[in-house]
Formats: sequence, structure tokens, C-alpha cells
Amino acid sequence: MSADFLYTVEVILNGLMAGVMYSLVALGFVLIFKASGIFNYAQGVMALFAAMTLVGIQTGQIPFAHLINAVFGTDVHHFGWQVPAFFAIILTVAVMVLFAIIVEKYILHHLVNQEPIILFMATIGLAYFMEGFGDIMWGSEIKTMDVGIPSGGSLWLEEYTVGWAAEGERYWGMYIDKLDMVATAVAIILVVSLTLFSQYTKTGRALRAVADDHQAALSVGISLRAIWVIVWSIAGFVALVAGIMWGAKSGVQFSLSLIALKALPVLMLGGFTSIPGAIIGGLIIGVGEKLFEFAVGPMIGGATENWFAYVLALMFLVFRPQGLFGEKIIERV
Amino acid sequence: MFYRESGDFKKTYQDDSQTFPIKFDRRRYYVVMAIAFLVLPMFMTDYFANAMMIPFLVWAIAALGLNILVGYCGQLSLGTGGFMAVGAYATYKLMTSFPGMDMFSVVLLSGFVTALVGMIFGLPSLRIKGFYLAVATLAAQFFLVWLLNKVPWFYNYSASGQITAPERSIFGIIITGPHASPITGYLFCLILAVGLAWVARNLTRGRLGRSWMAIRDMDIAAEIIGVNPLMAKLSAFAVSSFFVGVAGSLFFSVYLGAAEVTEAFSINVSFAVLFMVIIGGLGSIFGSFVGAAFMVLMPVLLKNILVGGFGWPTDLAAHLEFIIVGALIVIFLIVEPHGLAQMARVLKEKLRLWPFPH
Amino acid sequence: MSIQNTTADQQHNPAVLLDLKHISLSFGGVKAITDISFDIYEGEVRAIIGPNGAGKSSMLNVINGFYHPQQGEIWFDGKHRQAMKPYEIAYQGIARTFQNIALFKGMSVLDNIMTGRFTHMSKNLFWQALWKGPAEQEEIANRELVEHVIDFLEIQAIRKTPVGRLPYGLQKRVELGRALAAQPKLLLLDEPMAGMNVEEKEDMCRFILDVNDTFGTTIALIEHDMGVVMDISDRVVVLDYGRKIGDGNPDDVRNDQTVIDAYLGVSH
Repeated sequence: MSADFLYTVEVILNGLMAGVMYSLVALGFVLIFKASGIFNYAQGVMALFAAMTLVGIQTGQIPFAHLINAVFGTDVHHFGWQVPAFFAIILTVAVMVLFAIIVEKYILHHLVNQEPIILFMATIGLAYFMEGFGDIMWGSEIKTMDVGIPSGGSLWLEEYTVGWAAEGERYWGMYIDKLDMVATAVAIILVVSLTLFSQYTKTGRALRAVADDHQAALSVGISLRAIWVIVWSIAGFVALVAGIMWGAKSGVQFSLSLIALKALPVLMLGGFTSIPGAIIGGLIIGVGEKLFEFAVGPMIGGATENWFAYVLALMFLVFRPQGLFGEKIIERV
Repeated sequence: MFYRESGDFKKTYQDDSQTFPIKFDRRRYYVVMAIAFLVLPMFMTDYFANAMMIPFLVWAIAALGLNILVGYCGQLSLGTGGFMAVGAYATYKLMTSFPGMDMFSVVLLSGFVTALVGMIFGLPSLRIKGFYLAVATLAAQFFLVWLLNKVPWFYNYSASGQITAPERSIFGIIITGPHASPITGYLFCLILAVGLAWVARNLTRGRLGRSWMAIRDMDIAAEIIGVNPLMAKLSAFAVSSFFVGVAGSLFFSVYLGAAEVTEAFSINVSFAVLFMVIIGGLGSIFGSFVGAAFMVLMPVLLKNILVGGFGWPTDLAAHLEFIIVGALIVIFLIVEPHGLAQMARVLKEKLRLWPFPH
Repeated sequence: MSIQNTTADQQHNPAVLLDLKHISLSFGGVKAITDISFDIYEGEVRAIIGPNGAGKSSMLNVINGFYHPQQGEIWFDGKHRQAMKPYEIAYQGIARTFQNIALFKGMSVLDNIMTGRFTHMSKNLFWQALWKGPAEQEEIANRELVEHVIDFLEIQAIRKTPVGRLPYGLQKRVELGRALAAQPKLLLLDEPMAGMNVEEKEDMCRFILDVNDTFGTTIALIEHDMGVVMDISDRVVVLDYGRKIGDGNPDDVRNDQTVIDAYLGVSH
């Protein structure tokens, strides 16, 4: 095999791994959209917030230390203890559930029956709020996420593949981050368990009922408010998983919420209501932008990853507005 | 008591359709104009002009433009930053390629260039709607910024990648460059802002504006009565982008003086303008000004009070600003989706009857 | 100024305004309309009736261009009509109202009815931006005409009210006003009296007959209230399961056995 071919394979594999990351964020979008028709722009910031909270709890940071110092002139920052990763994750999940309850009570509850576009803009406001809130609570500096996930290139894979190249070519084997492999495994587990949950549990059936028709679900005695809290909690959990993966990969920082923006074109490809669509859309975007950058990028100045996903989704939408898996929309008069 | 319309009868349809049908409003409008054009320039300090009035006017023009698209035509756009960048870079290219050109022509031509670009990115709006379109406009935002950053021709191959406004004038009065006085810059922006607000008002009260609102409220019914959806949406994109382009042009040439595309016209600019429109009031020209004033003044106030008054660190004030803006957006959408402008209208209704509301 | 249309003398030798020939329409595999032909004379009130799901609304949607039939020809005003977009058909002189009110919620009554004048106004963006001059003149000329419609429908008092605040009956009236303002050759009314009480129905009937009498506008309407249909229409076409099962003046249709079977059901 020639080295060029092997490089291309490596690019595709890395694209797939990046795609899994996008899919993780997109998954949260789909969950909320299906259950409440809300396009939750804040999903990315939720991932950032969850990651910040996790790191904060783990390292024993004092919440709002910055604000306290400014108001009282003190100089506090840490409690001085370390919380084990497992307990920290459980505490963070609790925080995200609390967040879901607050969102339902103070925002969603007041915006029932509003137009989707108004709800969308409200979540943009929510995203801004959370961004500022997260920064005040935990500080805005870049944090490192360490919950014990292995990272770095897989030496085993490199040694195994180094012999594949043709004689005499300079090739050092395939580089794939162990973290990406873990992320892929986690994503698969997450998707399978979510599917099982929605198919085989009572709450799952209620979720699907609400997704189909709010009024009808209400009339058979399903509590819309409870469902919304559950859905936002699950979305918060998915955000935490995405936050851990992204955070471990590139540090917990503001750019996390921008990367999460890429989940939007993923959804446009996969459709807003399809979980498999979110996964496959994510993989297409991941591979597409890596390949484009690899093959065309150097010719036009690079950094095409900034826009490729959006333009691809835009082109796609113009020719197939319902997405890959959406049903054809028939307009009724 | 202060606010009366009784006895003010309209005898012609022309009178009935004027912008300020009530005499009191009309007088107040003339007073505001007189203060803005005559009084303020005499007493204004350079700091006041530079830090508040010029950005206020520039953002107001941008908000007007976005309001035409979002508030009147119902097409959500998150590409405002990208379009402002197009306006700014068009201005830079025009200024450097035609040094003799006066500033009015430069700014207006930049607007037309942006209108063209806006129409191209508006084309998908025929096929896709709602937040699908919003995400599609993100493509405009990221692609345009990338393009302006990666093609050196746009910034005349300068090593830093920055664009810097050279000295240009109109009728011998210097408007841009290091020697321009902030007061003349303010007046220049004021003339454009008032002129464009007048144009926006004219467009939204006539045939075209009604076709936009028809598309916004119910596109199927609009089509039945003869509105071509593509023409209505494209014209909204064109007019909106023209305004946004003019704003971008002024933002770069009069306000900043020098700009780098990835910093000055990021996605946050798109959101800031959207927030002005929401807070000020969707579908209101007056609201665009109020929203812009709010978003310009609030950070300045916060900074002065928290940093200047209490001695807090600046980043804390910046975080607080995020929280306040975000919370306000949610509150406004819940309580009053038509923003501060609608609140003013309700207040007016009450004032009409005050002090005897029953 | 009046909103008079030129009409042929409707008593003698009626001219055909709209002629539908062998129209078939299906969605995917579902047949909505199968081989339906009927015509509408100039100046008449033509009712389309039939049980739910008979294809009445689909028929209106074919007439004003929302659906394009797979088979059949449409002749309007003496010309064979090619497949057109709905807004092009509006320019040909067909206006309609909807079963579920389709008003522009964010606009006032006046603005809603003014949108009806869209096809009659032509000043471009440049003149609109300037306002003073041609655009304002055009606006005022059309405003005068719209005020006639407002007078006719007796809704002067709510001229500047946002339509969202109006009760159902008035909204229906405003929607009729918007269609009337377009001075259509053919006016399509999709269940103009659905959900109204007797009084509101009487008002609406009066308006429909007045429109037909004073302006000579040709009207095609879908209605479920048989009493109303028999009273105000000149000819009736009956649809069932996407096929035409009856056509003629109200008395003939009322006594037609197939029609009675379709409505009352038939024992097999």
C-alpha cells in the first residue's frame, strides 16, 4: 500500500472520530427537539457548563470565588480537597437536573405555544446567560479535564500499521488518539441505551407520545412539565458526556461552545428528529471536513474547517430540504 | 393630560398615513432632531461622541437592517457579522482604489455591494424556512469571514492582515482617518442614520413592506394574493444587507479606523445585532434605535459602575454583561416579544387617558 | 371609483369563465380527484358540495394553482391555462378565502385589505423608498378603493385594529374584504360560513349575494350548510370520493338519487 493511500485512510478515520464528537452534541439537540419542538441553541453551552462544573467540583473550587473576592475583598479560591471523578460526575449530573428544573419552571413554562423561532431565540438568550453564569461561577480560565480517560496516540496501532506501507516509503504508522476511541465507544453505548430507554420503558413511551402530539399526550394523562424536565435532564447528561470528551481533548474553554455550533449543520443533514440521522450526519460532516481540508484546503489557504460544514449543509438543504432521513414535507392548505 | 389626539381629525388619506399622526408626536420628533443636529454637536465631548454616539448610530443602522429581515419579513439571519464585514472591506477597497471618491458615495456603494452578496445568500430562503434558514445564514457568517481573511487582495496584501481607513473627506471636511474630528464623524453617521430610518419607514408602510409582512405572517396566503415569495424574500435580503453593509462601512471607517475581520466581525456581532432587534422590538423602526442604544449604553454603564465605582475586575463586569443580556432576551421574549417599542406604545395608550383612566 | 367588473349579460347566453376538463389529481398513490369536469359561468354563484374528504378543497387548490393536476385541462377566461404558480394566478384575477382563516395576524385590518391590492400596484423599490410622489399617489388611490370595500363590509370602526384581536366572524369578513379588494374575476370561498352562528351566517350570505349582484363577481364556494347552498347558488356541483356525482341547479341536485345516497348513505 502506498503511503498516500494510508494517509487518506488515516484522515478518514480521524474524521469519523471527530464526527462522533459532533454527533454527541447533536444527540442532545435531537432529544430536546423531539420532545418539545425547541431547537436548543444552548446545547453547546450546556456541554461547556457541565464540563466546567465537573472540573470545579473535582478540584474543589469554591463557586463564585471571583465574585466573592470582588465584593468582600477576600482571597478565596479552593476548598482544598479533591473529589474522586466518579462522585464528581454524579454531583454534576445532579446540577444538570437542577438546571433542567429551573429552565422548565422559569422559561419553558412561560413560552408554551410560542412560535418555534421565538423559542429558538430564547435559547440563544439562555446560552448567553449560561456562558456568563458559568464564567462567574467557575472562572473563565482554561481548565484541564482529567477523569482518567487514556489519551495520546495509540502506540500499538502505530507499530501494527507501520509495516503496511510499501518498501522504502517514509511512513510511521497510523496516528489515532486513544481518547477518540474511548469517545466512540461511549457514544455507541449512549445511543444504544437511549434507544432501549425510549423503546422499552414507560417514561420512554411517554416521551415518544409527547414528541408525536402534545395535546394528545396531555389528554391521556402524561404530564408535559415532568416530561420536559426529564428530557432536559437527559440532554444535560448527554451534554456532560460531550463536555467530558471535548474537554479532555482540547481543554475546558469557551471555544467548546463554538465547536458545538457545528452540531447545527449535522442536524440539517441528519434531520432534527432522527437519532441515527444525528449520528450519520455527524460522521459525514466529520469525514467531509477533514477530507476537504486534506485534499483542497492547502490550495485555497487552509482553515476550511471553519465553514465547510455550514456550506455543505446549506447546499444539501437547497436540494433536499427535509434532510437525509426526514420525510418529504407536503404542504397542506 | 399631556398626550391628546382628540380634535386632531384627518381629512385626507395622505394625512392619515403620515408617520406621526398625532401633533404632539410630530413636535417631539422635530425637537429630537433639532437637539441631535444642532445642540449636541456644540456641547459634545470627543469621548462622548466616540464611545457612545457614533457606535449607537452605527449599531442602530445595523439593527434597522436586521429588523427589516427578521421583524418585517420573518427570515431569521445569523449572518449579520459577515455582511458587515463585506460592507467594511468594500469600503476599504473603494477608498484605496479611488482616492478621489467622496465618503457618501463610498458608503452607499459599499451598501450596494453588500446587498448583492446578501441576495446570493438569501436565495436558499425560498427552499428553507425558520431555523433551517438561520443555520444556513451561519454559513454566510463563517464563509465570508474566512474568505476576507484568506484572500490577500481584500486587504491589499498588508502584512498584518488588517485594513486601515485612509483619510477621506466630503466637501473638504475630513470624515475618516486619524485627523478626523469625532463630532464630524457623529454628524456624518447621524445624517445617514436619519436618512436610512426614513427610507426604512417608507419601505415598510407601502406595497413592498406589506408583502414582507404578509410573507412573515402567512406565506401561503401571501402567495394567493399575488406576492411572489422569492421576490419578497430577496428584496428583504437586499434591503436588509444594504443597511447592514452601510453599518459595516461606518463601523470600520468612522468608528474603528482599523479592523481585522476575524475579531471585528465575529459571530458575536451577529448575535449582538439580533439582541438589539429583540430588545428594541421586532418590526419597529423606533425599536431598532432603542435596542441599539441599550446594547451600547449598558456595557459602558456596567463598566463605569462596577469597575469604576466598586473597583471590580473588568472580566467580572464582562461576565455579568453576558448574564444580564441573556436574561433580558429571555425575559423580553416571555413578557413582551415586541420589545421596548411596544412598551412605549402601551405607555402612550395609558398617557392618553391619564389622569382619568376610567 | 367603484369595484365594478365588466360582466356579460348573465341572463342570456352565459359565457364560460372557468372550464375544468377531466381533472385528475393524486398524492403519491392516493387519488384525491378523479376525472372531474365542470364549468363556471361568468357572473354566477357556483357551489361545490360533498361529504368530508370528497375533494372539494383540493378542487379549489387546483383552481388557484396550489396543486397541479396530473391530468386534465384548465381553461380560464377563454384561454388554456398552463401550469402556473399561485401568485401568477392571482394576477390573472382569481382570489380566494380559506377554510381556516389565513389573515396576516401582525397587521391591521386596513393593511390586510391593502395587501389585496398588491396585484394592482406596481411602483418599484426606488419610488417606494422615496415615498413622496408616485408611490404615495398610488397608495392613496388604492386606499380609496379599499375604503369602499371597508364601507361595503361595514367594518369602518375596526379599520386600524390588529386582526388578531378580532372575533372569528369579523375575521372571516376581513378575509372576504381582502379577496374583494383584488377585484377578482373569480372569487373562491372555502367554507365562508363554517363555525358561524345563524346571525353571522345571514350577514355573510348577504355580503356574498351583494358582491355577486352589485359587482357581478363570479363566485365559487364550498359550503356544508345545505340550506344556504340551495338558497344562494345558481348551480351546484356535487363531489364524492373525488368523483363528480351530480351537477345542475339546486332543485335538480336536491332530488338526485345518487346525491341523496352519498349524503345519507345507502344500504348495500
